[in-house]
Amino acid sequence: MYRIAVVGDWDSIYGFSALGLDTFRVTPDKADEAGKILRNLAEGDYAVIYITEQMAALLSHEIEYYRTQPKPAIILIPGISGNTGEGLAAVKKSVEQAVGSDIIFGGE
Amino acid sequence: MANTTVNPTRMELTRLKNKLITARRGHKLLKDKRDELMRQFLELVRENKELRERVEAGISQSNKNFALARSAMSEEAVRVAFMSPKQEVQLSIDTKNVMSVDIPVFSYETRTSDANDIYSYGFAFTSSDLDDAVKSLSDLLPEMLKLAESEKACQLMAAEIEKTRRRVNALEHVLIPQMEQNIKFITMKLDENERSSQIRLMKVKDMMLEEAHHYKEKEAAANA
Repeated sequence: MYRIAVVGDWDSIYGFSALGLDTFRVTPDKADEAGKILRNLAEGDYAVIYITEQMAALLSHEIEYYRTQPKPAIILIPGISGNTGEGLAAVKKSVEQAVGSDIIFGGE
Repeated sequence: MANTTVNPTRMELTRLKNKLITARRGHKLLKDKRDELMRQFLELVRENKELRERVEAGISQSNKNFALARSAMSEEAVRVAFMSPKQEVQLSIDTKNVMSVDIPVFSYETRTSDANDIYSYGFAFTSSDLDDAVKSLSDLLPEMLKLAESEKACQLMAAEIEKTRRRVNALEHVLIPQMEQNIKFITMKLDENERSSQIRLMKVKDMMLEEAHHYKEKEAAANA
């Protein structure tokens, strides 16, 4: 059985703990620590990791590595400070990788 | 360009011809695989995009709700309220094979089946906005899981498509033309050898006939 993790700053993620997801509080000024947490989660029994876009921007290297792994799925979600569009950009990147050029988003 | 290290022998020719047949078949299969993967990927990625837009809108809405709830409560109170969650989500992964890509299928179960077990706090000391906020997030969970599923599938399929496309191109533009060139080189060489031995035989035959019948001497005698 696998579990679901949510990583981000406390204000963005505390609500998820009520739903039974495991929340991991990290702050943007400690990117090293956040990377360590992410790696631990990914090697552990977490199949889905939701991470706020702000944190994901600091950990792009790690996230890139787990893209091609079957597990875990690292999914970007908007944090409390608003939507930066990083999540949709990740989808766009998949399209570009597969097709060669972006044909879904029409150069938005 | 013909590979100069190739041996112009019949055995090599047979080997190369068989290899070419295999390569052509592989190329056709891979091309079909790529096309089908692409079709499924485009379907999936459209769905992924819609899901993501919905989920992002939902999360920002519930973030607003949480902000509203926070405005009526102190941080300590919120912390206490969320300190021991009642609900727990367990996830199990199945995999579905789509054109040799293993894409995950998530199914989840909660520890308690009661949907109202998401409130990990007593209602006395929290604002009702918090209940709304938690509820809105809880309603979003199935969609968030679906998003995780389809986004992972998209990522895996994109990687597979890229790989397949490279293989198809390598076969089409490098391996198959090279093999055709090599086959042509060997056939030409063998034909050339055959012609040269034919000529040699004709020459030898002439010489032997000359030896036996002395045509030239007879011709000289006739002319004299």
